[in-house]
Amino acid sequence: MRLAGFFVFAVAVILLPILFPDNYFVTVVGIAAGLHVILAVGLNLLMGYAGQISLGHAAFFGMGGYASAILTTRWEWPGWLAMLAGLLVAGTIAWLLARPILRLRGHYLAMATLGFGVIIHVLMVQATEWTGGPDGLGNIPPLNLLGWTVDSDRQWYWVIAVAMLLVIGLSLNLVDSRIGRALRAVRSAELAAQMMGIDTARAKTQVFVVSALFAAFAGSLFAHQQAFVSPDSFSLMISVELVTMVVLGGMASTFGAACGAIALTLLHEGLVVFEDYEMLIHGALLMAVMIFLPQGLFVGLTQGVHRGWTWIASRRGAKEPHHPAVS
Amino acid sequence: MPYDDKLQAAGEPLADAPLLEVRNLHSRYGPVRVIHDISLNVQAGELVALVGGNGAGKTTLLHTLSGLHPSSAGTIRFAGNDMTRWPAYRIVTAGVCQVPEGRQVFAPLSVEDNLRLGAYRQHHDLDWVRQEMERVYQLFPILQERRQQLAGTLSGGQQQMLAMGRALLGRPRLLLLDEPSMGLAPLLVDEIFRVIVELNAEGVTILLVEQNARAALAIAGRGYILETGRIVKTAPAVDLLADDDVRRAYLGY
Repeated sequence: MRLAGFFVFAVAVILLPILFPDNYFVTVVGIAAGLHVILAVGLNLLMGYAGQISLGHAAFFGMGGYASAILTTRWEWPGWLAMLAGLLVAGTIAWLLARPILRLRGHYLAMATLGFGVIIHVLMVQATEWTGGPDGLGNIPPLNLLGWTVDSDRQWYWVIAVAMLLVIGLSLNLVDSRIGRALRAVRSAELAAQMMGIDTARAKTQVFVVSALFAAFAGSLFAHQQAFVSPDSFSLMISVELVTMVVLGGMASTFGAACGAIALTLLHEGLVVFEDYEMLIHGALLMAVMIFLPQGLFVGLTQGVHRGWTWIASRRGAKEPHHPAVS
Repeated sequence: MPYDDKLQAAGEPLADAPLLEVRNLHSRYGPVRVIHDISLNVQAGELVALVGGNGAGKTTLLHTLSGLHPSSAGTIRFAGNDMTRWPAYRIVTAGVCQVPEGRQVFAPLSVEDNLRLGAYRQHHDLDWVRQEMERVYQLFPILQERRQQLAGTLSGGQQQMLAMGRALLGRPRLLLLDEPSMGLAPLLVDEIFRVIVELNAEGVTILLVEQNARAALAIAGRGYILETGRIVKTAPAVDLLADDDVRRAYLGY
């Protein structure tokens, strides 16, 4: 089931630019959607599987972005090295932050991560000498991978597509591993998880770091692809949108998070024509989804299809199909 | 009494150092003292009952033993090691496994995944895990039938079996059972207690914490009576069952 889902997803990603060559929606929107998928899949590991909320995830996205921007423009580091440095910074900060912050629960955790996101955002705005302040940093050189320079929208689509599939594959693997099982146990009954000998603090720390790494990875790609970063791209609103993507797609499902990310990206693009009413329609749609499909778009619809199928099958007197394991 | 013929299963305490030795243990929640100066021991191979009413401190004591709640004074020794300050995962690795009050199975996970999580600390010995899983399925055949089912959809009795099977996969040298009879129909209580006796006969050392004093003392070798955080009485289980105070307070006749 998981493997099948992965292949369906991969085939769709490959077919899209072939079926719609030079389509704005595929190349430009596709790139944004791909980056959002990486971010949402990472955040879903934390929210959906470990049951911890983060309202400051844009901070890690920003760390990757600014690390690449600063190191490639001011010190002329090669892109891949700057990316590694960004991952290292984001991972270390996440690791240092995890123990004190993940001790908190519910609203308190939400507040603490929100505060963290705000602090990083303020730093981006205020540390002008490093970050260029509110004007941001431009002239970021294109990404160079083993001598191949990524410089057209078409090429970026493929790079982001590969990165996204890599992240989805990693996430599916992680969820199905011993650590993934431990995370789900922590979320379902933390005390009992400790009784199984799961070091719950360590498990939460690990997933927080992994999810920060995914975000920083997306940030580096974003910086090179846009050739420009500014604090606006890593604000509190972005953090909230990432949470929305995970919830919209359906928590605790890698494909759910991916679908949520794609759906919200498309929604933004589609609503641009409504200008002032964009946020209004956006909010109303979110409310409708939460009321009618509280398990999220992907999970809710899969279950709906399954129920419909069972109903049809039962009318035909056939045997009930196997319950689909939503990954 | 369905358990009378199994009274001998527990065996006599051995002369060597106890497997679990608790000395002058204190434990509190903030300013509220819950456990006062408790000393108790469990010899390898024993089945010991710890009986007490609601709020006597039974669960707090078990949580303190398994490192889920800090002690404020006293020592806990297990198999010769002082584990008073050990983190919970280290205590589990050493072989102290707990079946929590109210089962606490991982509801959204399958029965098999629940059992695998029980073996979380045994991942270096997958052969053993496979064998032990087979043994648990033999012990509770219903779990094998339902192994792909989500644990949350099991009945209360089946969840209790799953919680016990899960603890067995932790390779316990000492099994801590927290009120296994809670909320179960009498017939299921018989079934669960039959398994407890069977496990003990196979050599698993058990500390059984119960409100159901009659059932617990019927299968245990020795017993402790816990009242408001203190041990007020300890004796062989047969003597406790015959004790006038115990009968009045816990057996209701």
